[in-house]
Amino acid sequence: MFTFTIRRLILTIPTLLFISLVLFTIVKLSPSDPTGNLPLTIPPEVREKIRESLGVNKPLLIQYLLWLKQFFWLEPRIFLEHSFGWNLGTADETRLISYQTRSPVMDLIVQRLPQTLWVVGVAYLVGTLIALPIGIISAYKQYSVFDQLGTLVSMIGFSVPPFFSGVLVIVIFSVMIPSDSYFWLPSIYDTTHEVTDWASFKYQFRQMIMPVMVLALQITAQISRFTRASMLDNLNQDYVRTARAKGLKEKTVVLVHVLRNSMIPVVTVIALGIPSIFGGAIITEQVFKVNGLGQLLIIAIQGGDVPTVQTLTFIFAILIVLFNLIADVLYGILDPRIRYD
Amino acid sequence: MTDIPQIAAQPRNQWWDVWDQFKTHKGALIGAIFFVVILLGVIFGPWLWGIDATFIDIRSRNQGPSFAHPMGTDQLGRDSFARMMAGGRVSLAVGLTAMALAIGLGTLIGVIAGYFKRLDGLLMRTTDLFLALPLLPLLLVIIMLFRDKLNAAFGPEGGIFILMVSAIGATSWMQTARIVRGDVLAIKEREFVLAARSIGTPNRRMITRHILPNVLSPIMVSATLGIANAIITESALSFLGLGFPPDFPTWGRLLFDSVDYLQQYPERVMWPGLAISLTVLSVNYMGDGLRDALDPKIRGR
Repeated sequence: MFTFTIRRLILTIPTLLFISLVLFTIVKLSPSDPTGNLPLTIPPEVREKIRESLGVNKPLLIQYLLWLKQFFWLEPRIFLEHSFGWNLGTADETRLISYQTRSPVMDLIVQRLPQTLWVVGVAYLVGTLIALPIGIISAYKQYSVFDQLGTLVSMIGFSVPPFFSGVLVIVIFSVMIPSDSYFWLPSIYDTTHEVTDWASFKYQFRQMIMPVMVLALQITAQISRFTRASMLDNLNQDYVRTARAKGLKEKTVVLVHVLRNSMIPVVTVIALGIPSIFGGAIITEQVFKVNGLGQLLIIAIQGGDVPTVQTLTFIFAILIVLFNLIADVLYGILDPRIRYD
Repeated sequence: MTDIPQIAAQPRNQWWDVWDQFKTHKGALIGAIFFVVILLGVIFGPWLWGIDATFIDIRSRNQGPSFAHPMGTDQLGRDSFARMMAGGRVSLAVGLTAMALAIGLGTLIGVIAGYFKRLDGLLMRTTDLFLALPLLPLLLVIIMLFRDKLNAAFGPEGGIFILMVSAIGATSWMQTARIVRGDVLAIKEREFVLAARSIGTPNRRMITRHILPNVLSPIMVSATLGIANAIITESALSFLGLGFPPDFPTWGRLLFDSVDYLQQYPERVMWPGLAISLTVLSVNYMGDGLRDALDPKIRGR
């Protein structure tokens, strides 16, 4: 298992390098000019100087290698400096600069990461916690009314895209319900809001309900279906009959014997779903005006901000590769039948 | 002397069995009927409905539902019902074409990878790489980059249509390729393939006559689900403002435009939203029923 993990870890390096090259080249092909947003009064020779300082005149390969160096060597050191107060001599090196804001891309990302992580993380947790009981009960009472209902809800979760379910709950809870009502919810997620006392906590809770539930619906749909299928696979196994035959309580049979074995594939699916929820969060953030990573990406794409787009898409790619690896390793650890070596 | 029992009165096409099984799945049947109605509605509706989707009648703007305008009018007085039908035409056209592209690509790669062992490793690593790409951000970037170039070449509508279809198709073939490859690998080991090879069937005919018909059912199921995926992706891109131009309605674009009037006319977002959701829901149910109907182990039970 250990050698497998090491082998997979080493294999991710060429994968990530290849993906970064693809993403870098695609974004680099864009006709956007880093000096396009600057005032028209800047003379052309100064513009040329600015371009030179940003390094966009160099050949593509050099730019790519430079970007790699900035991303993998310079930025981690700056991160270490900030978090531990060390001095690693990064002060005079050029960082990845956003064309739009002229500030380092990584600073922008660090500013926006907490909002995204908070909303997405809570949604994922809530979605999973709702999905597991639904999946377990639907499987145990297969073809019952509860199961039919669960199927319908997850079908709706699959079919209603977040840009409609989000707008729909805004219409219901922010537009139709009067704003002095107890059930009114704010349609805009205010990220500057700070929780200091009970009242502000209540506001934070209220403003999180809608974005979190919209994201959670998608997650619940997927995971509850998967839990149900996995539970059904196990419920008809011989060991379940044996457990019942030797007189174990039904609760022990289902919740200890069957559930533990059914959770193996479900855990990997939960791990695999994490990166895709970041993608889904792009739309949800746009609907509820959360200024997170997704919104940063949209703004950067619309403004032709090449370094930000490159870095953000690559971070999304890293997440996917990383959680694929985690899922693979988890599966091997949890299921002794699957040992890769 | 015993009679030879009459086993089957007359030979029956297997698709009739599939249809019989499909009919027993109520959700799938309703979904299929709904999808056909929507399809016919968006194809023939604009001809039957007298008002053009781009006709501006500024005096009757922002009207609620009435007999003349069943879904009301928008901020420029354009008839929402006509726009919904025109938008559905584009959305479904994008969905069906992108699905066809994705299925074609996925089947091609899956069959080649499964059938020719030498290419298997390379093609499957490529598939894994594509699966590791962040698709929605990548789609956004691609559309942003190539929109202007294609618009210049094919006109604003044709250009974005080609771009949208090829971008969605090129980023959603991977699941099909994986499923098809797995099935081809299993079928390749069966006796009838060995028999066919022993009488000297060339590879080309082997694939078209023996392999492809046997992997048709997973392809059909992923085709149905592919329509749903393509419609949602197109609407998501339009919703993020990176889809078709504003005067060219699609369901996603209509939803995006209606969000600005959320406070005053909340009912306006319902029509396109419901249209997207119900179409995708019906397609998903259809795929569910099709999966059961095409599975010979379930069929006839």
